[in-house]
Amino acid sequence: MYKYDSYDQQMVDARVEEFRDQARRRLEGKLTEDQFKPLRLMNGLYLQLHAYMLRVAIPYGTLDSRQMHALADIADKYDRGYGHFTTRQNIQYNWIKLEDAADILADLAKVEMHAIQTSGNCIRNISSDHFAGAAADEVVDPRPYAELLRQWSSFHPEFSYLPRKFKIAVIASDTDRAAMRLHDIGIQIVEQDGELGAAFYVGGGMGRTPMIAPCINPFVPLDQLVTYAEACLRVYNRHGRRDNKYKARIKILVHEMGAEEYTRQVEAEFAHLLEQGVEPPFAELERIRTFFEDPLFEADLTDDIDRSDPDFALWVDRNTVAHKADGYVSAVISLKPVGGIPGDATTEQMHLMADLARDYSFDELRVMHTQNIVLPHVRKADLHALWTALEAAGLGSPNLDTVEDIIACPGLDYCSLANARSIPVAQQISERFAANGKTEALGQLKLKISGCINACGHHHAGHIGILGVDKKGVENYQLLLGGSEAEDVSLAKITGPGFDEAGIVDAVETAADVYLRERQDGERFLDTYRRIGMTPFKEALYG
Amino acid sequence: MADFVSDTDTLIRYREDEPVDHAAVTVDSFLDQSNASAVRVEPGDDARELIPHLERLALVEVNFPAFGDGRGYSSARLLREAGYEGELRAVGDVLVDQVAYMRRCGFDAFEPDAALNEDDLETALSRWPEVYQPAADSRTPIWAKRHA
Repeated sequence: MYKYDSYDQQMVDARVEEFRDQARRRLEGKLTEDQFKPLRLMNGLYLQLHAYMLRVAIPYGTLDSRQMHALADIADKYDRGYGHFTTRQNIQYNWIKLEDAADILADLAKVEMHAIQTSGNCIRNISSDHFAGAAADEVVDPRPYAELLRQWSSFHPEFSYLPRKFKIAVIASDTDRAAMRLHDIGIQIVEQDGELGAAFYVGGGMGRTPMIAPCINPFVPLDQLVTYAEACLRVYNRHGRRDNKYKARIKILVHEMGAEEYTRQVEAEFAHLLEQGVEPPFAELERIRTFFEDPLFEADLTDDIDRSDPDFALWVDRNTVAHKADGYVSAVISLKPVGGIPGDATTEQMHLMADLARDYSFDELRVMHTQNIVLPHVRKADLHALWTALEAAGLGSPNLDTVEDIIACPGLDYCSLANARSIPVAQQISERFAANGKTEALGQLKLKISGCINACGHHHAGHIGILGVDKKGVENYQLLLGGSEAEDVSLAKITGPGFDEAGIVDAVETAADVYLRERQDGERFLDTYRRIGMTPFKEALYG
Repeated sequence: MADFVSDTDTLIRYREDEPVDHAAVTVDSFLDQSNASAVRVEPGDDARELIPHLERLALVEVNFPAFGDGRGYSSARLLREAGYEGELRAVGDVLVDQVAYMRRCGFDAFEPDAALNEDDLETALSRWPEVYQPAADSRTPIWAKRHA
């Protein structure tokens, strides 16, 4: 994985000192809260309901054991002994003191980490495929391109006061594991006639106006990648709406201007910028690529797994994914124990995951946008030992992509924007399905919960989505069906009137039962919904 | 109408030449008349409209009515990319935590609504030992140093 050189380290260290100075000026009253807010946000520091929240960047979701240990130590030293892994492959801490923030950033800098641009109206941490470098289906590892863009976008002088936040995802396979088309820019590295290039999808997003990004250029040569991104951003910075924060994302610009006109302007800006020399030399991409070379996979490993323990066999079936190297799998550590808080991990669990990565996965971990952790390169022969250690720490839930594997935003338990709680709903749903035993029969069923219209819990992209709203002072939950964040991307539709907290749990089970009744051979919930439509579900829910 | 005295109080220039001694006109007025040599670009203006006339411009003010509106950064860089070498002045809600990025985008003068603290300004402008990307200043990006 990528290692800082002295340049990278100097930049992160300078940022720590800059923030220390800004926090001091704020505490001395030389900066107003309005002036300080965008500065702290660009360092990942939010003011939430009860305390400051600090969001730490995990670039493209990749980290090593040393970094995971450091994240655990921060949870222990500055927070309440846990952290929360997020849908953008980051981690956030919910109980931070402003006075400690600069010290935390300094601790992070010691392990080549930071909180740069994890919030604010700037280019955010770049996300990617959590199986990058391990997946059997990728054309190339997408992370070098994400790293190239990370450096380009860090402290970008022109694009730090954009109309609104800006999220980029980079993938390199036809299977989309990063919700690529629901980003402001989604980039897919593709191969055409033996050459690699980048397909640009621009103007996707969730939030209150969900949109699927159209492809504006199917093949940008890799030695023009940064220049093209710069052109996309400049057109947005100049013409994105600033009169209404709810219409300020690039998806609204692309929608109102039309994808064709937006593309025309980008191409004109691109032609201009090609003359300006903003593209790093190809040698820089080559340099970055060397950090992402395959680890030394062993040859002649066994593919046999002793499945005599049924609990272990179930976990293997559910939580491991095919790897490009024989004898290896990618193993998913579920942060979704039944009745737990999706994405939370304790200090002890983080230390354990770090140790397991060191022992069994070439020292590497990944954060998934579904709020789980991946050990990307595990020998099949080691799976039983790995599972045994995970089980003992409450990390062995065999529920990847099942109805228990719920994405949920922090909701009204933490967030000042939320209208309703998300976590208790997630807890009750996983408990319900664990108790009624339907999880197994339901198979892949992606359930996503947001506590407000901002959609941090990706409810638009859930096979089943839940949106918490405020209805005359009472929490109310709308049910949505038919969304997908994957390569078969679609936006979920609302079933009808909302439900109260108990009612929404029943409603999810009712929808699941319709699927179990109606499904045909091999259909997932989503497939059945797409075939039979909304009506049978509505009849069961409201009939 | 801003107070003339406080205007001159807050003006900071990183240029050797004498400042233009007359007020800047709007982009529309500038395009309509031929004798003005100072123009003020508002966030919604298209700075590219000035490009055919750069040789008769000595001062371009780029207004930041609110510091969070970042359109002026693009306006500045566009003008520098087009070869403009006259004064490029950021005016309005210009705060010390934005000046380093403004310098990178080609601004060489600042006229903030509220005076900047000199020490804070110096700290801000010397903050970044390196830069990751080329912009309108002359700084060499990290990637160029890596592959020198």
